[in-house]
Amino acid sequence: MSSATIGDPVRPVQYLQAQMRWRWPEIVFWLATLLPFVLTPSYLILASQIAITALFALSLDLILGFCGIVSLGHAAYFGLGAYTAGLLSKWGWGEPLTGLMLAALTAGLFGFLTSFIIARFRHLALIMITLGIGLVLQEAANSAGWITGGFDGLQGIHTWPILGRFRFDLYGYTDYGYSLAGLFLIFLIARRLVHSPFGLALCGIRDNVERMPAIGASTHAHIQTIYTIAAIIAGIAGAMLAQTSETVSLETLGFQRSADVLVMLILGGTGRLYGGLIGAAVYMVARDQFSGLNPQYWYFWIGLLLIAVVMLLPNGILGGLSLLTRRAKAAS
Amino acid sequence: MQKILCGAAAVLAALLCIGSANAVDTIKLALIMCYSGQFADTATQMDDAIKLYVKQNGDTVAGKKLEFIRKDTGGIAPDVAKRLAQEAIVRDHADILGGWILTPNALAAGDVSKEAKKFMVVMNAATSIITTKSPYITRTSSTTPQLNYTFGTWAAKHGIKTVYTMVSDYGPGIDAETWFQKGFKDAGGQIVGSVRFPVANPDFSAFVQAAKDKSPDAIYIWIPGGAQPAAVGKALAERGIDRSKTKILGQDALAQESALKNMGDAGLGIITVAFYDYNHQSPTNAAFVKAYNDDYHRNPDIFSIGGYDGMHMIYAALQKTNGNTDGDALIAAAKGMSWESPRGPLSIDPDTRDIVQTVYIRRVEKVGNELRNVEFDKVENVKDPGHMQQ
Amino acid sequence: MPPVFGVLFDGVAYGMVLFLMSVGLSVTLGMMNFVNLAHCSFAMLGGFVTVTLINAFGWPFFATLPAAFIAAALASVVLERIFFRRFYNASELEQCLLTIGIVFVSIAAAAYIYGTDQQLVQLPAYLRGSIDFEGLNFAVYRLFLIAIALLITVALVVMVETTRFGAQVRAAVNNQRMARGLGINVDGLFAVTFALGSGLAGLGGALAIEIVGLDPSFALTYLIYVLIVVSVGGLGSISGSFAAAMLLGVSDVAGKYYVPAIGAFLIYLVMIVLLMWRPSGLFGRR
Repeated sequence: MSSATIGDPVRPVQYLQAQMRWRWPEIVFWLATLLPFVLTPSYLILASQIAITALFALSLDLILGFCGIVSLGHAAYFGLGAYTAGLLSKWGWGEPLTGLMLAALTAGLFGFLTSFIIARFRHLALIMITLGIGLVLQEAANSAGWITGGFDGLQGIHTWPILGRFRFDLYGYTDYGYSLAGLFLIFLIARRLVHSPFGLALCGIRDNVERMPAIGASTHAHIQTIYTIAAIIAGIAGAMLAQTSETVSLETLGFQRSADVLVMLILGGTGRLYGGLIGAAVYMVARDQFSGLNPQYWYFWIGLLLIAVVMLLPNGILGGLSLLTRRAKAAS
Repeated sequence: MQKILCGAAAVLAALLCIGSANAVDTIKLALIMCYSGQFADTATQMDDAIKLYVKQNGDTVAGKKLEFIRKDTGGIAPDVAKRLAQEAIVRDHADILGGWILTPNALAAGDVSKEAKKFMVVMNAATSIITTKSPYITRTSSTTPQLNYTFGTWAAKHGIKTVYTMVSDYGPGIDAETWFQKGFKDAGGQIVGSVRFPVANPDFSAFVQAAKDKSPDAIYIWIPGGAQPAAVGKALAERGIDRSKTKILGQDALAQESALKNMGDAGLGIITVAFYDYNHQSPTNAAFVKAYNDDYHRNPDIFSIGGYDGMHMIYAALQKTNGNTDGDALIAAAKGMSWESPRGPLSIDPDTRDIVQTVYIRRVEKVGNELRNVEFDKVENVKDPGHMQQ
Repeated sequence: MPPVFGVLFDGVAYGMVLFLMSVGLSVTLGMMNFVNLAHCSFAMLGGFVTVTLINAFGWPFFATLPAAFIAAALASVVLERIFFRRFYNASELEQCLLTIGIVFVSIAAAAYIYGTDQQLVQLPAYLRGSIDFEGLNFAVYRLFLIAIALLITVALVVMVETTRFGAQVRAAVNNQRMARGLGINVDGLFAVTFALGSGLAGLGGALAIEIVGLDPSFALTYLIYVLIVVSVGGLGSISGSFAAAMLLGVSDVAGKYYVPAIGAFLIYLVMIVLLMWRPSGLFGRR
């Protein structure tokens, strides 16, 4: 969507409006997300965790796919959101929606502060700095065991029913409804954001950062803005995980989580908004199924899946699909 | 293209439908552990012991067939562990939850056990609060305070006056440090210094040197299994710790089999506390070790015995309830249960549902050509002191 | 002699192992910009080859070292032919995904063949024990490690600075397009460099067993440290990797001795500070 060429440069408003129109695959996709309620109700908790991870991947897509910032420490914001929501609940206030807001605030604040560093670096230095920040935060959380619960994780989280009525229970209907609603609403916001002049500026930064100042667009401010927004979204995703699973542990901030979401996003295809969602769904379902079949060796099958996707579908699953549809259209 | 998509969808649907064919006369046991990832070896040992128990005792209990559902948490992942427990109960209709190697995962699943009222047997995780998470949880491994408080007390009573402690800076290590120091100080000892090193630490020379600088009677070390025990042993030798002046104390993992093989003579004289070792001298254990070696060409360790006794607990409880898998019935059957295991005598405390067993003090000695842990002292019927604090 | 020297000695030995494992990645990343996250899988392969040859075939330790080198180099040639060369012009993200996939497969294969337990090697008697010098103990094995690593470093530097091959490598790292324009066969050069770098990683992995142990998750655990060395040292620079490895090994150990409370943080803080000061690395070019 974002890689389409602009036909007539004199009519950017019309271009953006055209991008904003809902295409039928998108509508089908969102209707399909309702299927688990009906088709596979015993998988709703998994579906809820996929939705949360998809939201996290979406936040990474905003900085990676649309702005070119490769971050190996994005889980820092996810974890911050999770711990905020978890601590709030532990200290007595378990209302989920306000918990989300507070988590968004905390993660956003930390994201804003780190964005000053992020905006100044590129390439390998940036990747390693984000990695370093993530690792330092993880160690700090381990050391601050008196507040984070350390290795054992945060205990005593109890999420109140949403709006007083919908309880989080064993069966997962509320879990998935909550996560899916959150994902959809934030997706709408992100969609509006990228199909706007701001979004176009981000693509400019991603594709040719040196040129941007030459055409009068500041880069630092844009990078900092999108990074803060991405941090907010990641924090919301983390808070949702804390609230639905009523657990928070150190691995929510950890390198493993950062690396996993990066792999999922690349798998799905960056810069397309839906790439993160699809990548998260495919990776997590595959992992669940493979580890069910063969608990010790699921790494092998996932590795093969990744290699196969890279070899057969350039630019991730969505990239490959769009290539195939283009070829099909050209052939017909 | 469309064919591929349809085919893929069909395969996916088929995979998702491999679910529960629910036969009436089966009992389903979900084994949720970290089969993959950095802790995979512990799950391998536990699962092997479980399979051995089933092989020796058959897979029919109280007239019903036992079915196993194995799920992998991949490591420390409480949200995943909780989801797997929920799915095991809701989707696969599991009756009993077993396994549980890592504390965060066990704690998360405790909520599920409580809400669904399912019997849960923790076969390794060693933090005291786990059994408080649900009234249906019991444990067949050990708790960190049980081992370390006892050890601290023992050390103070056996001529060790000053100790320097070094532990891994995460939950179990900090737990061990707290309880060892408590036991040691309560019995009159003095802690001259302590340090916590990072979890993934590969090199111990700096920490060992700092310990040596304080010239304590003994250095207490807590590390998890894996590559670190051997590294510690070598650091001890390389930094020139004089064993006649300074004793080395630790928990089981420090003197685990692979570490002793690697340390060589640097391991001689290390004193550790444990609830099980394959060298334990008893006919029951000899038979167990032999059977284990025959099948797996490897000696059992603490993870194996946790799984083996966990299965015994499940079988015995089911026999007592006559196959009734109701959570209340099973936990009532489990309370107060006692038996003679390859590790020695053990029982389940009726009040806390936690394990009561003999704690052994061992020293690394040369037996024949190998280094082994030789038990030379023990403390019997040790309850978990961690519960006293609650 | 104050005890800190003993501790620093251990840190230097650890740094040497990191250097051997990282130098290959630094050069290939600098030359071809190919993100090879599977680099530590070659190190792991070298380690497992050594373990197998010693335990199953009774080879002496010394003889297994060249075998580890050659096995890792051969494996890298095979992978390069089949997979990597199609991705030289692909995006870095795709290279990431491909090589991560290979890492996962290698971990599972290692777990399948060798199990998940720690792998052990029996060192020959003359490499065990320690030497007493001025009241401090110096482990013989670490002395051996430092000696070998220094030899290899000197050999690498000599090769790069004085031979024709080395000159071509330097040219290709410096400006690939220009080097091609001058008629240098960059692709062939890369294949050889890649094999050499992976072979060194394999050797490093074999030597590391005694210091840090070996199990199937080695490929991922040490990837972070290798990436730190490579980024701090600067891409494409042998001396950079050496300096970074030494710096990290020593600061890690010194930090743990003097300020254990931040022992875990220190290596990452040092990396962040160094990269913020010099984003291209200590001896990097761009």
